[in-house]
Amino acid sequence: MAHTLATPVAPSVSLICNTLPSLSLSSSSLSFPVNKINGGGLTIKCVRVGNVEIPNNKRVEYSLQYIHGIGRSRARQILCDLSMENKLTKELSEDQLMLIRDEVTKYMIEGDLRRFNALAIKRMKEIQCYRGVRHIQGLPCRGQRTKNNCRTLKGKRVAIAGKKKAPR
Amino acid sequence: MSRRSIWKGSFVDAFLLRLKENKDQLANKKIWSRRSTILPEFVGTAVRIYNGKSFVRCKITESKVGHKFGEFAFTRKRRPHKLDSGSKKKGR
Repeated sequence: MAHTLATPVAPSVSLICNTLPSLSLSSSSLSFPVNKINGGGLTIKCVRVGNVEIPNNKRVEYSLQYIHGIGRSRARQILCDLSMENKLTKELSEDQLMLIRDEVTKYMIEGDLRRFNALAIKRMKEIQCYRGVRHIQGLPCRGQRTKNNCRTLKGKRVAIAGKKKAPR
Repeated sequence: MSRRSIWKGSFVDAFLLRLKENKDQLANKKIWSRRSTILPEFVGTAVRIYNGKSFVRCKITESKVGHKFGEFAFTRKRRPHKLDSGSKKKGR
């Protein structure tokens, strides 16, 4: 799905490039797709990989990690599979970008992945298994301790009224 | 999460494996073996799973296949907290 949505970007970009004949195409900053985010004077140059991803001028290995579902190992794996140099993202040529886009579509990323996870959790909640119940309660479901810590799930600390502090 | 390697197959206690063929015997049976996997053959029956104190009735549906019996009978009581509504500490 991501691939089909990503492909229309390229022709539209080439159109943009064609409409600006005064700018030389050899300059590296314009040979890759440039999407204008802000309609105003400020333009942010970014590359689209996957669906809505906008990693900027970092090395490819790191900019790929901005995609939900691609972490350190997978980004490295993608570069390995393509046997591609770890360039800055803006230095990539159009062909290389297409290659990366194709490679990225092999994995489950972004919306698909989020939906997949949400469905899995929903299923667990429905069958009322232990993990599902812990999800409902908003507590960790992998056996962590809950006497203290696990603030990520429990949220901010709530002060308990009338609780005495330990004497010195 | 780590998982058991597939070549071993899922773990089921022997007496439950024997029940695989005749499902009717399983109906409303008390199960102490919380560690056993729920097999697809058990679907449609109701069993009673031990939680360390009493037996919890559980109807086995298709979506519960692959889980363990123990996941459906909680071993701890949910302790109601009086004042604080936000932090539930040891509830289950």
